[in-house]
Amino acid sequence: MNTATKVQSQGLQLAQKKAMDIKEIFFHGLFLCCAMVGVLSVSTIGWFVFNEGLPAFKEAGVTEFVTGKEWLPPALYGILPMIVASMISTAGAVIIGVPIAILTAVFLAEIAPKWLADLVRPAVELLAGIPSVVYGFFGLVIIVPAIETIFNIPAGNTILAGIIVLAIMILPTVITISETSIRALPSVYKEGALALGASHIYSIFKVLIPAAKSGIFTGVALGVARAIGETMAIIMVMGNAPAMPGSLLEPARTLTANIAMEMSYATGIHSSALYATGIVLLVFIVLLNGSLLYLNRKRAY
Amino acid sequence: MFKFTQSNSLVSRQNQDKLLHGAIWAAAGITILFLLWVVWHILSNGLSHVSWEFITGAYTRIGEASGIWAMIVSTVYMVLLSLAFAAPIGIMTAIYLTEYAKPGSKFVQVIRFCTESLAGIPSIVYGLFGMTFFVTTLGLGFSILSGALTLAMLILPVIIRTTEEALMAVPMSYREGGYALGSSKIYTIWRLILPSALPGIVTSVILSTGRVIGESAPVFLTAGMVTQIPDSVLDSGRTLTVHLYKLTQELFTQHEWDQAYATATILIVLVLALNLATKVIATRLNKSS
Repeated sequence: MNTATKVQSQGLQLAQKKAMDIKEIFFHGLFLCCAMVGVLSVSTIGWFVFNEGLPAFKEAGVTEFVTGKEWLPPALYGILPMIVASMISTAGAVIIGVPIAILTAVFLAEIAPKWLADLVRPAVELLAGIPSVVYGFFGLVIIVPAIETIFNIPAGNTILAGIIVLAIMILPTVITISETSIRALPSVYKEGALALGASHIYSIFKVLIPAAKSGIFTGVALGVARAIGETMAIIMVMGNAPAMPGSLLEPARTLTANIAMEMSYATGIHSSALYATGIVLLVFIVLLNGSLLYLNRKRAY
Repeated sequence: MFKFTQSNSLVSRQNQDKLLHGAIWAAAGITILFLLWVVWHILSNGLSHVSWEFITGAYTRIGEASGIWAMIVSTVYMVLLSLAFAAPIGIMTAIYLTEYAKPGSKFVQVIRFCTESLAGIPSIVYGLFGMTFFVTTLGLGFSILSGALTLAMLILPVIIRTTEEALMAVPMSYREGGYALGSSKIYTIWRLILPSALPGIVTSVILSTGRVIGESAPVFLTAGMVTQIPDSVLDSGRTLTVHLYKLTQELFTQHEWDQAYATATILIVLVLALNLATKVIATRLNKSS
């Protein structure tokens, strides 16, 4: 072989390598650009929500906005009734839903025979997939009339109805994550407890649940996030009156409902006030995620 | 005396065990009861009103012949369009995170943090944002396109996370084998890694289809509620969930009740079908590995 062809073939190889490199660089860049879309989305949403919400804060004052009891656009912008309604309905849903969910998770992970667990688990997954308007519709036709009959009141569209619907809606989230975290525990935990003479139930409540605590907390936090963020089901069953609720048997409007009900016709400061409502909602979510992060970090050390 | 208390506490502990055991069964029973109740109540009242005419008919506010074809078309448009935006971007982001980025680097942490934040934003805030940004600022109006862009942002985290898990489940030896045979990185990803992660990727797409069908608040704020069959993606359209919501605002005649139940039935059947599809793929996946 003479030198000329050798050099030529080397050059060809180099050219091929270069073409491949360009292709590699192109795809690397493409994937990188896609990865930036998520970052861009969050920053755009954040920027928009704060930018649009600030005029309302300036106009009404942050303290007055958050502690004001009257919502009468375009005159008064106070969202305390909505904050209270969101907190009560979420807390109520957690109080009712979380114990049921954790016990159901224990049932699936520890108590149920395999065939039964294999039947119940897909059912719970189905519960997670049902659209929230369907839950709202169910609440409207079953729970609202039931409250009217039981408490003998003219309208069953109350916080209580919202609490019950939300309690059902957070079940699948809390169950699935709690079950996974109980199942993920090393088997020696249970074996050890049983070997020490503890009964199965005793080892579940004194060993397994405490050990799976951080996972269960994560499930509960996600359930709380779902309850705070839920909009349509709440609008359909809670009556939506923007006044401070006096009891569980009164109508109320949550932060999310406030946005959804008025956004389609709001303009100017009114629209800005709805963005400010969104900021308050986001603050709740950030606090929730922050506390979760704190709890999980504490456990890791 | 001591013996007595001891045996006494032993008995009470047994009772306690029985009590807790009962509570666990009761809780599981309540969960199942509620599920069966919701599904049964909707299906038993709705199935008899689901007919071919109802599914393919045009919507009229008055009169007996009222169908949901326009809402089905709008829903299908919404699913296809939001997936067309979110699926490629989500899958490629997952590829970047698992195959290209240095694991644990600052940059990866930033992307992860943003994806998680995106997943945590309540859907109504997406609606708020979509209405100002896509509908007004970009001038897309109340349209399927505005709705699909908003929902694409909403389902992006689902697609990224599920695809990432699928990609990470592909054994390292596949990659090593590919490189050992002299394949380029992109060729290895395209020919070896993506095909074996395909069931997981399909699952992520089905999961987000469920999300798109189920959402309502961000949809009516960006896509509107017009009951016409949309001619193009720039037309407004009413999805099935928004339709059910609107129906519940005006439940006066028996006919309107029947329509609401029938629409809810269609939604539950869709969710069942999607669940079933995920199950079938999961079983296939288990068989192949």
